[in-house]
Amino acid sequence: MPKLLIDGREIEVPAGSTVMQALEKAGVKVPYYCWHPGLSIAGNCRMCLVEVEKAPKPMIACDTKVAEGMVVKTQSEMAKKARAGTLEFILANHPLDCPVCDQAGECELQNFYMNYGLYDSKFDDEKVKKHKAEIIGPTVMLDSERCILCSRCVRFCDEITHTGELGIMNRGDHEEIGIYPGKELDNKYSGNVVDICPVGALTDRDFRFKCRVWYLTPSDSVCPGCSMGCNIRIDSNLSRPHHAKGERVMRLKPRENQEVNKWWMCDEGRYGYKFIDHDRIVKAKSGGVDVEFDQAVSELAAFLNVAIKSGSQSKIGVLVSTHLSNEDLYAIRKLFKEKLGIENIDYRAGQKTGYSDDFLMKADKSPNTAGARALEMNSPAAGKFIEKCEGLILFGVDLPSLPKNLRFLAYIGTNNNSASKAASIVIPGAVYAEKEGTFTNFEGRVQRFREAFAPLGDAKPEWQIACDLSAKLGIKPALSAGGLEFQSAEAVFREIAKTVPPFEGLSYESLGNTGKQLKQPVTSRS
Amino acid sequence: MHLRNTKYEIRNTMVKIVTKNFNLKDSYLLSTYESTGGYQAIRKAMDSMTPDQVTEEVKKSNLRGLGGAGFLAGMKWGFIPKNSTLPKYLCVNCDEAEPGTFKDKYLVSLDPHRLIEGMMIAAYAIGCHKAYIFIRGEYVRPYERLQAAVDEAYAKGYLGQKLMGKDYALEIVVHRGAGAYICGEESALLEAIEGKKGWPRLKPPFPAVVGLFGCPTVINNVETLCHVPTIIEKGAEWYAKIGTAKCGGTRIFCMSGHVKKPGIYELPMSVTLRQLIFDHAGGIRGDKKLKAVVPGGISAPILSAAEIDVGMDFDSLKAAGTMAGSAGVMVMDEDTDMVEALKVATRFFAHESCGQCSPCREGTGWMYKIVKRICDGKGRAQDINNLLSIGQNISGTTICALGDAAAMPVTSYITKFRDEFEEKCKMKNEKLKITI
Repeated sequence: MPKLLIDGREIEVPAGSTVMQALEKAGVKVPYYCWHPGLSIAGNCRMCLVEVEKAPKPMIACDTKVAEGMVVKTQSEMAKKARAGTLEFILANHPLDCPVCDQAGECELQNFYMNYGLYDSKFDDEKVKKHKAEIIGPTVMLDSERCILCSRCVRFCDEITHTGELGIMNRGDHEEIGIYPGKELDNKYSGNVVDICPVGALTDRDFRFKCRVWYLTPSDSVCPGCSMGCNIRIDSNLSRPHHAKGERVMRLKPRENQEVNKWWMCDEGRYGYKFIDHDRIVKAKSGGVDVEFDQAVSELAAFLNVAIKSGSQSKIGVLVSTHLSNEDLYAIRKLFKEKLGIENIDYRAGQKTGYSDDFLMKADKSPNTAGARALEMNSPAAGKFIEKCEGLILFGVDLPSLPKNLRFLAYIGTNNNSASKAASIVIPGAVYAEKEGTFTNFEGRVQRFREAFAPLGDAKPEWQIACDLSAKLGIKPALSAGGLEFQSAEAVFREIAKTVPPFEGLSYESLGNTGKQLKQPVTSRS
Repeated sequence: MHLRNTKYEIRNTMVKIVTKNFNLKDSYLLSTYESTGGYQAIRKAMDSMTPDQVTEEVKKSNLRGLGGAGFLAGMKWGFIPKNSTLPKYLCVNCDEAEPGTFKDKYLVSLDPHRLIEGMMIAAYAIGCHKAYIFIRGEYVRPYERLQAAVDEAYAKGYLGQKLMGKDYALEIVVHRGAGAYICGEESALLEAIEGKKGWPRLKPPFPAVVGLFGCPTVINNVETLCHVPTIIEKGAEWYAKIGTAKCGGTRIFCMSGHVKKPGIYELPMSVTLRQLIFDHAGGIRGDKKLKAVVPGGISAPILSAAEIDVGMDFDSLKAAGTMAGSAGVMVMDEDTDMVEALKVATRFFAHESCGQCSPCREGTGWMYKIVKRICDGKGRAQDINNLLSIGQNISGTTICALGDAAAMPVTSYITKFRDEFEEKCKMKNEKLKITI
């Protein structure tokens, strides 16, 4: 393993490493645009120039292989001058668009100028004019004047999606990113080019002019769009609500997780956040009329009490959606199955025949089917009870047609649908962004998602609703087994880890930010 | 360019190696080439020398790369890995886009078989069975002559599955370029042959190891290979004695500009610039005074009239702060406006920059804009220092040498003729009655 000196410190790296990899290991930052760990090396931006002793000119860190005894200097006069010089070239023809550019605040030109530039510009000529505000696809906008031609987007479309829509046209300082004739950028992963574009050349049309990024509050989460479980970050506008037109979530961004989604997420997941702030159930209903949350829970508890007292548990069914978290599902099972003796519990995965590929998109469009299976949320009669039941409690499951014997329907969920409209009792639930919890992806990987903001209106997480119900039903904690008086989602998870064998040994702490596998793999087939 | 009507004055009784057939009738025909002793060297090489011996001979001859870099040709051939099982390729660089250079055009039009024989010997030396000639798209008539010559060689059974009838295959493909100077850069040339944009590659790896289609490749200039048959025929020692200690043989110098007799001149490497201009090219036209000379193609730093007592070999010119380059000698007389001359140079590089890397892409266009502005009478006091600073920032930071090539004229013209630039910048301010 070759050893080299970086700014005086000795670092050892595997043979064949580049200076950039050695810098990463040493924790030394150098600026770069075209380099990306998930893409091939382009070496064209020339920003990562460093001084290598004995080399006559500065070398690019991203493509220089480490040699034994190499001496690398990132803060020498040569390195600093090369860096500032390159930055000046890149900014020479760059338009002064900051006031109207979405990238402001997360722009690598701004960042690097403040960190490595701070020179007085000497460019005093006509800047090159190119195409601006060009729609190149349903979700991506291109501004060629802002483009620094790092070619990350071109390489992404070539190497990651293998669709090759983008290319670089023309020559010299008239070069532009272009889309090949007859094509548009719409390959199911198009949004990622906006993430990797270091400047405001490729911007998201969905996010365009929505919110300045310094008003965004980030929150780590997991995409609920399918069973892949891509790690994401929810960016919400909580500090300028008057600009947000009633929405809290402004955009979703992928979060790096080398075990699941690397650096990417699909467009379906990226733009599938509207349900969080639109058409939500915010107030409890009884008989179609808005009521206090407490009252609805009491009425549901009353119905359950009657059924239990008359011993007609078998006439009641509970359907849970696989959009619910492990904590929600466990609390529901504990309440209905263990405490109330209702056997007819089953999970519904909703749409299971959506688009899938061998990259990040799974056909099962719900995030926690594997969790539902690991928690045994299925009844032996596998949902046949539906046709015969007289009372049905739906947790986020939409039933287009109701069973003919049905006399009582309760809906606990987040968004309006036909079932919620037909239900006599409706209780508002919290979406994933509004609660703590975990999802289990198709491979059995348990991943944490965080609360980005408080639930809308009167909504509560479903595990909490189960606790409220249990309190109304008068279920007191027994001496040996705990009741449903969980103080937090983490408390629920702790009990899951103790009592459900596949989850043995897991904790919120051990899950960290990137999750961990279940002890026994319980993979869902899709 | 009408090849029919031009006479090529090859002066001087000194030895002619690559231009010796130029004035023969139908010089480009295979029959003419053979009747003057052509296609004997390849036979000698294949019959009595091993490939390694051929490479050694070329190394000993001190033949330097005549496209501009001046790298020892034999040494380059030696870089091909011996133990590689990949096919080896030979690429001939006939892009000849360096302004001031026009020698390969005549070599290919008037004596293409010499190139073909040189390629055969090189291919034999490095174990290559398929060779490409990359000829710039603008050379239409030369291409026709070249392709016809290749066809003749095939028809005679010299090329194809049996090179010169022996058990060694050699195919030659003539590939036309599409109008980019950057495709004269060896790795961009490879990219173009592979059907991709002519963007130079990151180096290392170098073409000798990872070249055309990822295989070991030698890229040589047309003229370099044209010298090879004679080296094999007459021996390395004979060849090395002509020229200087480290620069063997002769080369074709392209004389253009304000000389009485512009044209191509094949002369030993030891000739001086003064001799070239005044003894061979007839001196300055109209008997005016010499002002400046570009000795080796537009990228070469310019020499003032006081600096012409320098040998035209690679090492002497390097020591003088310029370069032998492609031997494109552009002579400028006392009436030349150096700022306008620089405008032409910067315009060329701005147009030809491939755009792959930031310093050259933005810098070449920027330098041209400033020089043009000065020529238009709108120069500002800080423009001159800005130009020097931009040139300095481009040097050494780019993927290929085009960036450095663009910076060198800017730096050298301003350094040696600064007062002209200052005068031009002042003119505008005088008109507006502003003092700087």
